[in-house]
This record gives sequence, structure tokens and C-alpha cells, in this order.
Amino acid sequence: MNTSVEIAGVKLKNPVMTASGTFGSGMEYSDFVDLNRLGAVVTKGVANIPWEGNPVPRVAEVYGGMLNAIGLQNPGVEVFAKRDLKFLEGFDTKVIVNVCGKTVEDYLEVVERLSDEKRVDMLEINVSCPNVKEGAIAFGQKADALFDITKKIKEKAKQPVIMKLSPNVTSISEMAKAAEAAGADAISLINTITGMKIDIYKKKFVLANRTGGMSGPAIKPVAVRMVYEASHAVKIPVIGMGGISNYEDAVEFIMAGATAIAVGAANFHNPYATAEIVEGIERYMTEQGIGDIGEIRGIV
Amino acid sequence: MSGKMKCEAKVLSQELLSEGIYDLWLQVPFAKDVVPGQFVGVFPLNKATLLPRPISICEVDTNGSAIRLVYRVVGSGTAEFALYQPGDYMMVLGPLGNGFPLDKAAGKRAVVIGGGIGVPPLLETAKRLSKAQGSKAPAKISAVMGYRNSDTFLDDEFTNFAEVYVATEDGSLGTKGNVIDAMKEQDVPCDVIFACGPMPMLRGIKAYAQEKGIKAYLSLEERMACGVGACLGCVCKTKEVDEHSHVKNARICTDGPVFDADDLDM
Ligand SMILES: Cc1cc2nc3c(=O)[nH]c(=O)nc-3n(C[C@H](O)[C@H](O)[C@H](O)COP(=O)(O)O)c2cc1C
Repeated sequence: MNTSVEIAGVKLKNPVMTASGTFGSGMEYSDFVDLNRLGAVVTKGVANIPWEGNPVPRVAEVYGGMLNAIGLQNPGVEVFAKRDLKFLEGFDTKVIVNVCGKTVEDYLEVVERLSDEKRVDMLEINVSCPNVKEGAIAFGQKADALFDITKKIKEKAKQPVIMKLSPNVTSISEMAKAAEAAGADAISLINTITGMKIDIYKKKFVLANRTGGMSGPAIKPVAVRMVYEASHAVKIPVIGMGGISNYEDAVEFIMAGATAIAVGAANFHNPYATAEIVEGIERYMTEQGIGDIGEIRGIV
Repeated sequence: MSGKMKCEAKVLSQELLSEGIYDLWLQVPFAKDVVPGQFVGVFPLNKATLLPRPISICEVDTNGSAIRLVYRVVGSGTAEFALYQPGDYMMVLGPLGNGFPLDKAAGKRAVVIGGGIGVPPLLETAKRLSKAQGSKAPAKISAVMGYRNSDTFLDDEFTNFAEVYVATEDGSLGTKGNVIDAMKEQDVPCDVIFACGPMPMLRGIKAYAQEKGIKAYLSLEERMACGVGACLGCVCKTKEVDEHSHVKNARICTDGPVFDADDLDM
């Protein structure tokens, strides 16, 4: 049985990744999961300098999911490289570093700083975080801005570049095509869907940031539809995520056209989720007589 | 290293302790590893929910491999927990957080201070302090508890381990006012404080400790998601840039919930 998949020449032992921001750099979840079992660890968004993030409350539960407005708190790329990448050195899994910024220059600084880091297999560029005010989201919501930043990053990057797309757009196909046209090696989607929750007794917003990004099982149908549309719009590989909690969900995304999948908020409900999904996919393939995971990709 | 796990926990008993406050004993494999002040994440079975509910550990029975949770029903998740019967199973994640640094009480007059639903974790704290031997033993243990009114809970159980003082907002029992009022009125001897309760109370304790030049260790609460330090949902402001975040934010779920009051920017 072959569960391995390839993205821009990087071979993953299986299609299961962690979704950025929900798994740290793997340290915290290595109490629960053998990181060697995963196709890739995708790290929390990292910027050129440390970011404080948003005031609390930063998280809230909603029906079938959650809202978060962490605001991309991170220790900056220097600490990240010395500590987090060092920690990941010991594991036999691919490392995808999620990059955030407020300006094009911020992104480029991180991309350049990481360019000679051997432990970085790929870069995932987050142009879709709904929780940061300073314009970063604009890169993810306007096709020409997305094209522009993708092109600039591709000029500098030494590792393959995955552009992470926002679902908060009118046409996901148009965004996917813009990323591809600018030279992106792959796209990943979806980031969180902008939401809001109000406490009717306190008569206040639940999150200090007022709005937050929704994730979890409730967003899955939206994500599956968008992955399907995007994978029909472009030829580059698509990494699917949004509400995946078990192997059935993962297979659904692969059938919609995803080459790999990522597990996010489900880690909070079940810290063993990623490893269980790897095992579940293997079991499913055996039961269904599927020799190569590629056989079911985009099968619908 | 840390032995955190998500596991099934058998309900051994559950009763109503006071209005809206439940007293639950759960059998868990990690009971012997628990440090007072640590907490568990409890998952509702309701499929519409995603996140664990953080609940502090009130008491540990190391022989029976069991932990006691005393919690208030505040939403649909805890309302579900209140329905569990002996023999049922719940899903828990634990043990989480750092716990109180009991060694700081060695040779000192220790005071545990709890406000409302912040009282429970101090019971095991007082119990362990009272069991400390030789040079590790505190010179004295007092417990100061604040409640809204005379409908109190757990205060009677502290008498086994500590000299007990109670404050009520309406004055129906003990000192009228808050825990600081009780400390002052009763002149509670105090060299070190371990506290858990609402933010205004903790702020008051920090000010009181600073005024007296003594150490205070405060257990904080915040809305949490992962509970294991990965998501950065539950942070608190610190005075200095902290080791993990490299900004002035510490993770309550893993760097805390207990912090040295001097390190916090409250
Ligand atoms: C707490 C939290 C933090 C996140 N942080 C990031 C981040 O730093 N960078 C990023 O690209 N996406 C971030 N995301 C989005 C996830 O990677 C993922 O795209 C989204 O949550 C949908 O997947 P899910 O429903 O499985 O959680 C975050 C999501 C959550 C819940």
C-alpha cells in the first residue's frame, strides 16, 4: 500500500499534516503523538519579529466549532529557527513553516532568513489570517495583491512555496488561479471563516477582538466545496483543511481533489487525532482495496 | 516527560454540594502524579462541543487513583457533567498546568485563599501542606475563604488542615466583605499566600502581599482551547518577556495556572 504523496518534489510519507497554529511546533503534542508518524508538521505562523497577538479572550466555542483571534502571537523567526527548528531536527517528518507578516517586506525577511535552514522543507505563506488588522488579509482577498506577493516571495524563496488561501472571498477559483499564475508550488485552504459571537447576558462581544476565525467540524462542508473548486481551477497540488476530525473527513477532502490534508481544531478535542487519521486512512485503503492513495484523489 | 493523557474516567460518585455546585469523584490513571493547583480538561459528550472545560483538581485519593472535582454549572457543558451518575464514563485530559510551589511554604506561615469557585484547588493544597514533614513543613497553615453568602461549600473540610476564616459579601457568615477584609480583621498571620479566585480578588491579594512584603502565588483563569500550550489562546500579561513566547504573554494552561504575583502585569 502506498500512502505517500508528493508536493513540489517533496515526498511526504502520508497525506496527513497538522494545521498551522493548532499544533505549536509539535513540542506540546509530542506527549500524545509520535511526530514520525505524520506526513508533515506545519508550524505556527512566524513573523520577522516577535508579535504580541491580541488581548484575551482570544477563543470561544461555537456550535460545532470554535472562534479564535490569537492575532498570530509568535516569538519571531530568530527564536523560532534556534528553538523550534532545532526541536524538529530529530524527527522523520517534513517541516512546513507557516509565515506571516504585515507588509511584503516582513514576509520576505522571514523567507530569506529561512532560506538556508536545512530543516525547512517547504514554506506556507499565510495571507489569510482574519485576526490581524494591518492589511495582511488584503493579500489574501484581492487576486492582484495575491499575485504580486506570491511572485515576490517566489523570487526569494529557496524552498517550495505553498500559498494559504482565505475562504472569505467571492471566488476561490480566481484566487487559486492567481497564486498559480504567480508561480506558487501549491495552495492550501481553507483558513478560518470570519465569525462573531455575542454574550447576550453581558451584552458584549465574547472575543476581545470582536471577530474571530471559525474552525472545527461545522466548517467542513464549506471547506470541501472550496477544495473541490480550487483543485479544478489549478494544476498545482491542493492541501485541504477545515473541520477534519477523523479519517472519513480526510478521505472526503482527498476525493474532493486534495493531495494532502491538515488537521486543526480537532487536535484540541482529541490530541491523538493526527496519528489516528494516519491509521484510519491505512485501514480504509486496505478495506477498500486501494493500492495507492492517488487512486482516490479527485475521484468524484 | 509530563505524562499528560486523554482518557476515560469512571465516575465514582457525584453529589450536589451547594446551589449549582457539584462534587464529583473520578477514577483516573494519573491521580498519583497530580500536584495541587493542577487542573483537568473535561469533554462534554455532546457532539456540538469541541473544547475541554478546564476544571481544577480539588482533592486526590492516591490509593484509589481518583481525583475530586468541585465545579459550578455555568453552561451547557457543565450542565451535562452534572447529569453523570456513578459508573458512567467521562473523557478527561490531564493532569494540566504547573500547580502551587508548596516548597515555598517551608518554615513559613502559609495562607491559602480561595474565592467562590476558586476555593476547590486549595483543599488539596492545604492537605499537602499539612502533610509536609520536617524542614519542609510550614510553621502554620491558615485558610481564608470568600463567598457571596452563607451558602458556603468546602469550608468545613479545611478545618482538618488549617485554621479557617470565612468572609461573605453579605456578612451572613464570618467577616462582612472580601478575603482581604477577613485577613485584616482577623489579623491572619501570613508569610506566603497561595490563592485562586476571581481577578479582582487576585489583584487585591497582590496589592496586599506587596504592601506586606510577602510572596503570593496566584492561580489564574482564562478561556482556553487546547489546554496543552499549543494554541496560545489563554495568555496573561507578564512584566518581563517570557521564555516561551518572547513577548510579555505567558500561557496560563502550561506556564501557569499558578504564577508568582511579582511576575504578573495585572
Ligand atoms: C487557534 C488557531 C490558530 C491558528 N493559527 C494559524 C496560523 O498561525 N497560521 C495559519 O495560516 N492558520 C492558522 N489557523 C488556521 C488553521 O491552520 C486552519 O486553516 C483552520 O483552523 C481550519 O482548519 P480546522 O477546522 O481543522 O481547524 C489557526 C487556527 C486556530 C484554530
